Amino acid sequence: MTQMTRIVDPTDERVPLSRALAPRPQRLSGVVALLDIVKPRGDVLLDRIEQRLAERLPGVTLKRYRKPTFAKPAPDELRRRIAAESDFVIEALAD
Amino acid sequence: MADSLPSFTLTDQHRRVHSFPCGRPVLLCFVKEDCPTCGMTMPLIEAAWQAFNGEVEVAAIGQDAAGNALLVGRHALTVPMLDDSALKVSFAYNVEIVPTMVLADASGAELRRFEGFDKSDWQSLLSQAAHLAGGRAPRIDWHAYPAARPGCGSKSVEPGVAERLAAEASGLSLRARQIELGAEEDPFEFMFERGLTDGLPVIPPTPERVMRMLTGTRRDPQEVIAAVPPNLAPLTIEKVAANAVMAGCRPEYLPVVIAVLEAVCTDEFNIHGVMATTAGATPTIVVNGPIRHRLAMNMRVGVLGSGNRANATIGRAVKLALRNVGGARPGEIERTALGGPGKYTACYPEWEERSPWEPLHVERGFRREDSVVTVFALEPGPRLIVDQLSRTAHALAGSLGMALESCWHPKLHGYGEVLLVVSPEHADTIARDGWTKAQVRNRIQEASARPIRELLPDADAGEGMALKHFGLAEPAAAGQLEQRIPKFRKPENINIIVAGGEAGKFSSAFGGWFSGPMGSMSVSRKIEEVTKPQ
Repeated sequence: MTQMTRIVDPTDERVPLSRALAPRPQRLSGVVALLDIVKPRGDVLLDRIEQRLAERLPGVTLKRYRKPTFAKPAPDELRRRIAAESDFVIEALAD
Repeated sequence: MADSLPSFTLTDQHRRVHSFPCGRPVLLCFVKEDCPTCGMTMPLIEAAWQAFNGEVEVAAIGQDAAGNALLVGRHALTVPMLDDSALKVSFAYNVEIVPTMVLADASGAELRRFEGFDKSDWQSLLSQAAHLAGGRAPRIDWHAYPAARPGCGSKSVEPGVAERLAAEASGLSLRARQIELGAEEDPFEFMFERGLTDGLPVIPPTPERVMRMLTGTRRDPQEVIAAVPPNLAPLTIEKVAANAVMAGCRPEYLPVVIAVLEAVCTDEFNIHGVMATTAGATPTIVVNGPIRHRLAMNMRVGVLGSGNRANATIGRAVKLALRNVGGARPGEIERTALGGPGKYTACYPEWEERSPWEPLHVERGFRREDSVVTVFALEPGPRLIVDQLSRTAHALAGSLGMALESCWHPKLHGYGEVLLVVSPEHADTIARDGWTKAQVRNRIQEASARPIRELLPDADAGEGMALKHFGLAEPAAAGQLEQRIPKFRKPENINIIVAGGEAGKFSSAFGGWFSGPMGSMSVSRKIEEVTKPQ
């Protein structure tokens, strides 16, 4: 190549954002959301986690949530509700 | 000839501004420095300028600034040498060869035009101009000139330049970020290194190529047609065009690529799930309507790949746009466990003229003369179905049903959308018995139906369906387990098109993904017609 080439950027031109992890708390407290993405047997996994957490951390409130389908991202309304109502989220993938 | 010529304003070697038309007759001489015939012509242009003394305006219009200065010095020119290094005037005047001489009257109407050098053309041009000037033609030593000599190509028609000028003349402009590559940098390697390709080489999307691609649509390059998941990035027509260039599309394919991207970036199609699934679905495109012929798509031998530019590059452009704008890159958000060849491209026209049935888009409510894309979330590659022996529609549709039962897993019934590509020979066998598509679908459902007991997971094959899928609880009665369940949720989930070579008793099927409102549903969309079908 003897001539300079100029190309049109085919991407979304967004600089990748790196996000810092939230600080890790020393102990669980408040409300823990248990989110079932409705993959097969995700409920089995969450049932067991819920049972064990209730035994070990009786002061913590456990709340269950479900996505309508695992094949689509969680609806905005569900994400907002979980963020407003909980301090922690445990998401079960399963299969 | 009385065409009114385009008006323009250019500056000469003394930075004086010249506008056309100027209220007097004008002789315009389009030239470039590296053209020997132009060089030979320059003394004639100078002589005309001196002879007509402003009664007929004479101007040379040079195509590059440095070359213009050389011509002025070399031939001691006093005639105005107008700078058209932007080539806009050359383009507007449809100059293909230099030198081109254009004589116009005081109103700006074209009186005479010729290209290259021809002694008799020049002689009659000068006498006509002299008549307009009310004076004499300049004295020329015509013996010093050959009878004729061809000119050279105008800079305005050089590859890439012509496309850019055409795009600029139509008012297009690019706004996307542009990346400059170093003189020693190989643009092909650069595209690989930046992660912009699917692993195969791409055409570098230079501004000229993107401009040319944009001539394939009437839509504004800055129109945002979708927010592309997973990044939900805005997708402009310009970005579609850049990715279409990379894929190898021609401009006339662009409206198809746009229609597909609009179709997949809908909640019904759910491209986020289709790209992210570990199962391995890909947007699979069926093209219907007259546009198949205009784009010279292949709907016959080898329709499902490979060898046809439109088939191959339309699907690839869609995938590149999803990757580059949406951020669906394999190993990142695209997480298929295995993938398949359809992940590169999956775009097929239906051979409507060879089908005994209504084409897919007509079944979906469009007119036959509409050009339409239908996009399905399907397995990234076809599976071959062999039946060389069936001679009745009943037997052949039964074979197709048995073969389709293997989609996903033979024990998984209540399955969603599938695409069945019936070859011409198979279509003929079915048509001989006069069967409709509905009859074919019903026969497929009948042949693939299995009793519930065969669909339960067991030690021989651990996949299957739990009793609760059928509204049953443990322990189910033996009679309940005999209920036969068809493969597909609804007969309409079996999408049938005809395509392929005329020899070969084979059909092909593309298995589905997680179809329905909770997964993906096929979407049809009419294609913008830029050119009317022939």
